[in-house]
This record gives sequence, structure tokens and C-alpha cells, in this order.
Amino acid sequence: MRRNLVLGGTLTALFALLALLSFVWTPHDVTALDIGGKLAPSSAEHWLGTDHFGRDMASMLMVGARISIAVALAAVGFGMALGVPLGLLAAARRGGLVDEVVMRGNDLVFAFPSLVIAILITAVFGPSVWNAILAIGIFNTPVFARVTRGAALSLWTLDYILAARVAGKGMLRISAEHILPNIANLLVVQATIQFAVGIIIEAGLSYVGLGAQPPTPSWGRMLAESQTMISFAPTLALYPGLAIVTMVLGLNLLGDGLRDALDPRMQRVRA
Amino acid sequence: MSAFLTLDGISKVFRPNLTLGEKIAAKLGSDVEQRPLRAVDNVSLTVTEGETLGLVGESGCGKSTLGRLAAGILPPDAGKVRLGDKPIMDGESKVTTRVQTVFQDPFASLDPRMKVGQAVGEGPLAHGLTTRSGVKAYVEEWFARVGLDPEQANRYPHQFSGGQRQRIAIARALAMQPDLLICDEPVASLDVSIQAQILNLFLELRRDLGLTCLFISHDLSVVRHVSDRIAVMYLGRIVEIGPAADVFEKPVHPYTEGLLKSVPRFVLDDKELVTFVPIEGEIPSALSPPSGCHFAPRCPIVENLCRVEAPELVSLPGGGRNCACHFAEYRAVKAC
Repeated sequence: MRRNLVLGGTLTALFALLALLSFVWTPHDVTALDIGGKLAPSSAEHWLGTDHFGRDMASMLMVGARISIAVALAAVGFGMALGVPLGLLAAARRGGLVDEVVMRGNDLVFAFPSLVIAILITAVFGPSVWNAILAIGIFNTPVFARVTRGAALSLWTLDYILAARVAGKGMLRISAEHILPNIANLLVVQATIQFAVGIIIEAGLSYVGLGAQPPTPSWGRMLAESQTMISFAPTLALYPGLAIVTMVLGLNLLGDGLRDALDPRMQRVRA
Repeated sequence: MSAFLTLDGISKVFRPNLTLGEKIAAKLGSDVEQRPLRAVDNVSLTVTEGETLGLVGESGCGKSTLGRLAAGILPPDAGKVRLGDKPIMDGESKVTTRVQTVFQDPFASLDPRMKVGQAVGEGPLAHGLTTRSGVKAYVEEWFARVGLDPEQANRYPHQFSGGQRQRIAIARALAMQPDLLICDEPVASLDVSIQAQILNLFLELRRDLGLTCLFISHDLSVVRHVSDRIAVMYLGRIVEIGPAADVFEKPVHPYTEGLLKSVPRFVLDDKELVTFVPIEGEIPSALSPPSGCHFAPRCPIVENLCRVEAPELVSLPGGGRNCACHFAEYRAVKAC
């Protein structure tokens, strides 16, 4: 039962550590070109070889992790900051006008394919890390709003919420003091899953050149640049591809593990 | 004695929630099916200051809904709820803090993520019954009063047993210093031995604090134990109301009589083993109540009149008693 949590947590922590480490140390300078030593295979000097400009692959992957994690995390933060209050408000005014407006707004955002709109936003406002965060964050918002509303709705019928109302508490205080702490576990799990989705969309955006701009390395762009050389230098595509897959897998396992660990009902079954 | 809580002809009708599509269809004149559920049907009663009114009835007869109307948690569809001479509700959603409720299930009525001390203290703090510096002592005082160790205020609900949780729930309600306490089946989900403890605590607190109380239960023995007066409810209507001893000794309404007979008795000395007479038939669905007297389909003394005309709640000679039966006066005389 705990296997998912441990494996996912380890993978996620590994990437997070590599990303943090890249701030103070990388094996080589990521912007240092070495045309003479391009496309080198793995060696003691270059652990994962070099790319077509002779840059060190291991260093680029480390700095790329930094960008991926930063963008996905900021986008999750954006989505939660907007989506959770909206969901709480919709649940507090269930059946009312506010609820209807919030939920139909959700449907509106859901109706668009997220990657296409993310591309549209970054294409209109110019490719940059900030616009990537905004684009991904907008699509996280309805996910959090919906999860929050659904969970909060089931809580609003409970006796302890009734008791809080009898004690004279208003909608806002009940939402903040009783509803939010009781749905926090769900939100943590959802945040982990949205984190993984954010990594994929960020990689997709930089793949089409709308994420982090050169010379900042990013996993998606490394994939894009390597595709013309895949016949004679497959590792150039393999390493960033593996990094994306492993990171997303790790986050999904972590999300599953957290859900099992935080859900009291699951605990009771186990006991 | 003055009337303290007054329910004046209140009704509560639940309608199924319509989806947006159904609402639009209804607005456009479509005949969307809405079967209303009359949970409480034109009920009037009063609770006088310092008394405990027991409200009994079978499951689903609307007694909890009546409790919630009296607490101001639900707005009535018709009629008025007044506390003293002021209406209890001010608009649609304003909930008074002068009426507090103890709920049935102490496992559902305490927030699992809030320390119990905070649960007890936050209401009084927000309403100026105590100060920020005095709230700890205030909470501890109430903990001691309901028989809990004040040291335990820092714990979470899951660290307590059902009986202890109900004590916490009682402390939370009483810490608001309410004018009226509504107990909605406060012992129904507890073990019998714990029930006695909680009832004794309740009686003790009532004596010490002079509580006015509406005590809702389906358990006749519990109600008899704590109530000054008793109201019997059947399918949303009050069928009989009167002093506890009178209602128990000389029931007038055939439903009350049936209810009392259906209580299992274990009188072994007289070789009277487990004798109880269940009321015939099932309680009808509140979605389609029978016409006339709601009890008519199950009543042993039913006449044609009963199936057509619903009896009014009339006062009986001798005073203090009301009964909604066409034969109430005849039966009252016979019972005496």
C-alpha cells in the first residue's frame, strides 16, 4: 500500500533535489558551447554525453528540471489560489446564482482543449515562462474549483457544519474554518496530479517553442531540437524524454500514494 | 408562566431539487413532476420558560424537521417561530444564537479537524460571552461542568468515545448560554449505559441552569424520564399534547395509546414476558399522506368521518391537554 507513496516520493524528491542543486552547481556550464566535442557519447567528463552544440546533457537536464518544476508549481499555485475560493463560494451558495455562474464558467474553460488554448495564449502574448504559467494556471483553475465544490457540498450537509451555523458563524467563516481543513487532503492529492499535468503541458509548450526561450534549457525544447538527429544521436531525445516520463510517473505515484495515506476511509479498511 | 418558544401554525414542505433544465422547463409552463413532502404540517405549540417539552413520534414523522425549524436552521414555509416576543428568524438565512442544538450523532456533529476546546470556545468568543484572554478558562469551566477533564480540551474528537463526544456537544451548545436548548435525539446513538449517564447529566444541568428545552426522541422511556410535557407527532402533525404523566397514564389519542402499548415490557414476576402490541400497518409515505386523519388507515377505532375530515387539535376538559381525534372528548372521559 505504501509502495506508491515511497516510490513516487523518491522520484519527485530526486528531481526536486537535482533542480535545486542546479542553482549552485552543474557538472558544466549549460551555455558553454564546444563545437569540437559535439554529440559526444557518455563519458567521465560528460556523464550523458553532449548535444549538437557540444553542451553537457546532464547539466542541461538539471537546469531543465528547474524550469519544468517552477512552471508547473507556479501554475498549480495559480489554479489553487483562484479555483479553491471559487469552489468554496459556489458550495456555500449552492443552487444560487453565484454557484451557477462559477460552474458554467468552469464548463466554458473545460470546453477548450487545454494545450491548444495554452498555445494560443502564449502565441498572442508572446512566448515566455510567465505566459506559460498563466496559460497552464488558467486550466488548473476549474479543476480545483470543481474538486473543491464537490467535496465542500458533501460537507455542508453534515451536523458539525449545522452546529457551526447554530453558533452564528457565517458562510465565509464556515468555509475557511471548517470546510477547508476537511478537504485539504483532497486538494493536496489534486495538486500533485495537476503538477504532473503541468509538467507535460510545459514540455509541450516548449516543444513548439512557446515555453522558456533559449538559451535557457528546457526538456521540451531539447526533445524538439533532437528530433532531426534521432537517426544518428537517439540519446539526445531519449534523455529528456525519459526525464519527463519519470517525473510525471513519480508525481502520479505520489498522488495515488497520498490519496491512500490521507483518506481516512482507506485507513480504516487497512486497519 | 409565559410562553417562551412559540410555534405558530408552522409548515415545512420539501420539494425535490430541480436541475437548471427542469427549472427552465417549469418556467416555460412544462409540467415537471414535483411531489412536495409535507414534513411539518401546520403545527402550533408553545414551550414555557423552564420546562422541558418532549417530542415523540416514529422515524420520519417530522420531529427533527420541527426541531430545526424551532432552532431557526430551516426557514418555515408558513407560520412563525417566536422566542419570547421576537421572531427567531430575520429573513431567510440569519440563524439565532439564542437557540442551540445538541445533535443525534456525536460522531458527525464535531469537526474532526478542530480541537474540541476550540469547538466549544469559538462561538462564545465570537459573540462576546468571553474574552480572548478568558476563553481558555471559560472552556475549561464548561468541560468540568459536563464531566470532562479540562485537560482534554486540546484533543481532537477522534480521541474521545461517543459518550464523551456527546458531553462535548452539550458543552458547545450550553457555552453559548442559549435561552432554549433543542436536543435532537441526543442519546439515540449511544449505548444504553452511556444513555443513562448523558440523561443524568442533562437533568443535572437543567436543574442547575434552569434550562428551557425541546427534547426530541423516538424513545418513550427517555422522553418520560426528562419531560414536563409531551407532544406526540404523527406524519407532520401534532396528535396529542399534555403533561407527561397524563399522556403516559391516560393516553387519549389512539396513536398515543398504540405507541405506549408497543413498548416492549419485561415483567417477569407476573409471567408477563415480552408483551407488546405493535401498531398495525406501516407508517404511510409522507409524499402521499392519507386524506382526513393521517392515522386513519392504522387506527383501531376508525370511522368513516376520519377518512374524510382531519380532526383539529382541540383542548380537552381537565385542562392542559390537547388532542387531535374526532373521539377525543369521549375517550378522555372514558380514560378517567
